[in-house]
Amino acid sequence: MLDADMTDTEKTPAVRFAPEHCSLGIERLSLAYAGKPALNELTLQIPRHRITAFIGPSGCGKSTLLRALNRLHDLNPEVTRRGRITFEGEDIHAANTHVAELRRRVGMVFQAPNPFPMSIYENVAFGLRLQKRLKKRQRDDVIEWALRAAALWDEVKDDLHASAWQLSGGQQQRLVIARTLAVKPDILLLDEPASALDPISTLKIEELMGNLKHQLTLVLVTHNMQQAARVSDYTAFIDDGRLIEYGTTDDIFTNPRLQRTENYITGRMN
Amino acid sequence: MDITRDVHSQHISRQFNQELEALKTHLMAMGGLVEKQLKDAVTALVEGDSKLAAYVRDNDAEVNALQLKLDDECTRVLARRQPAASDLRLVLAVIRATSDLERIGDEASKIARNAITLSESHQAVRGLIEVRHISDHVRRMLHDALTAFARFDTQLAVSVVREDELVDSEYSSAMRSLVTFMVEDPRSLSSMLNVMWILRALERVGDHADNLAEHVVYLVKGRDIRYSDPETIAKLHDND
Repeated sequence: MLDADMTDTEKTPAVRFAPEHCSLGIERLSLAYAGKPALNELTLQIPRHRITAFIGPSGCGKSTLLRALNRLHDLNPEVTRRGRITFEGEDIHAANTHVAELRRRVGMVFQAPNPFPMSIYENVAFGLRLQKRLKKRQRDDVIEWALRAAALWDEVKDDLHASAWQLSGGQQQRLVIARTLAVKPDILLLDEPASALDPISTLKIEELMGNLKHQLTLVLVTHNMQQAARVSDYTAFIDDGRLIEYGTTDDIFTNPRLQRTENYITGRMN
Repeated sequence: MDITRDVHSQHISRQFNQELEALKTHLMAMGGLVEKQLKDAVTALVEGDSKLAAYVRDNDAEVNALQLKLDDECTRVLARRQPAASDLRLVLAVIRATSDLERIGDEASKIARNAITLSESHQAVRGLIEVRHISDHVRRMLHDALTAFARFDTQLAVSVVREDELVDSEYSSAMRSLVTFMVEDPRSLSSMLNVMWILRALERVGDHADNLAEHVVYLVKGRDIRYSDPETIAKLHDND
């Protein structure tokens, strides 16, 4: 357990972390799409080297929140934002923030695996080539490391130049994770990473997340509550654009503080 | 957050509601049977009714069968529903409670077997006043623990936990009286040993009723008080 304690801030039971354990800080974040509110005064902290899950009903704002963490909303001119997000203590919207560098350090994996139409090797090398010039030998080493870290190496090492599209869905998703890992991010944001996968591939991704948390911070958005319960250390329940309850996954799934959380995770009517 | 009695009937899945309700109903049926076994065992002893005692002894198989059935139901709910929060706590509390009820059933059967031995010895038995006193006490505890379970009443459950301390001290003083009887009349030694086993069984029933009450607190409040000191337990309702 990290140095965490529970405080009831304005009726929202929420776990808080000492600054040295905090990777991302979200402070009173509000976000609207073309004037329509999606997030409402949301405050929470993401601990370093842990898995934090966002759960909540469809349209509650959990994916919107995840995308805000590496400024993906910048691409949409209709999005307006209030509040602050800090990454390692620095405001990610500060004028001197290098957005491409932010997105390298805060990587994102989406629901549907999206490998590029090129070989396995070139997929993983893609971000590396954009980022810096490496000798082939060095690049090969990074690619092997990333594929191993994504638990894919043993399945593809004999045919790295085969098309990525020949891989199964589960393998493609791990390839996308390897591609993200190759540029050595500090944080991995995962938006429903296993919802399009079969149960065995899902378990492999979950196992992978458990291994990766020793090296980086993971934030997971999932519809699958059992998945949140299985893999995450902390769980935030979001509903209607607000943080309802945030605590250790053990507490949220055995003894939540609020009836509203209890109703959601146990499948009751509100 | 405390839960209320009707919390397990509010799921979107009605089938799930029914499964959880069935767990509670079947647990109460098992509790009712165990209460009757205990009452009959003590009646058989006090009235020297060896036929009733034999019935209690044989009927223990029924209690065991109910435990197996409830354990099966709990396993099925865990495997198929992956319950969380208060649903999970209900299933765990039921599994723990069936184990305690089954052990109370065993103690009732033990009392019945000793009652048979005593009625066959055709001697006047001393110590029955003590037995009756403690048996009234632990039967009331068992009844209250089951009521607390049915009503999700943690105040009542905590009162059962407190009662167990009284039973323990009554048990010690009853044992001292029995030792005195044995010294006064060494011929009564063998029947006194039977009475001691019976007192021991009743004291154990008190412990299991205490456990049942602790399961109620876990179910309703999500707090495990099994090894808590009395001060902590006393503060359980401070924030209500």
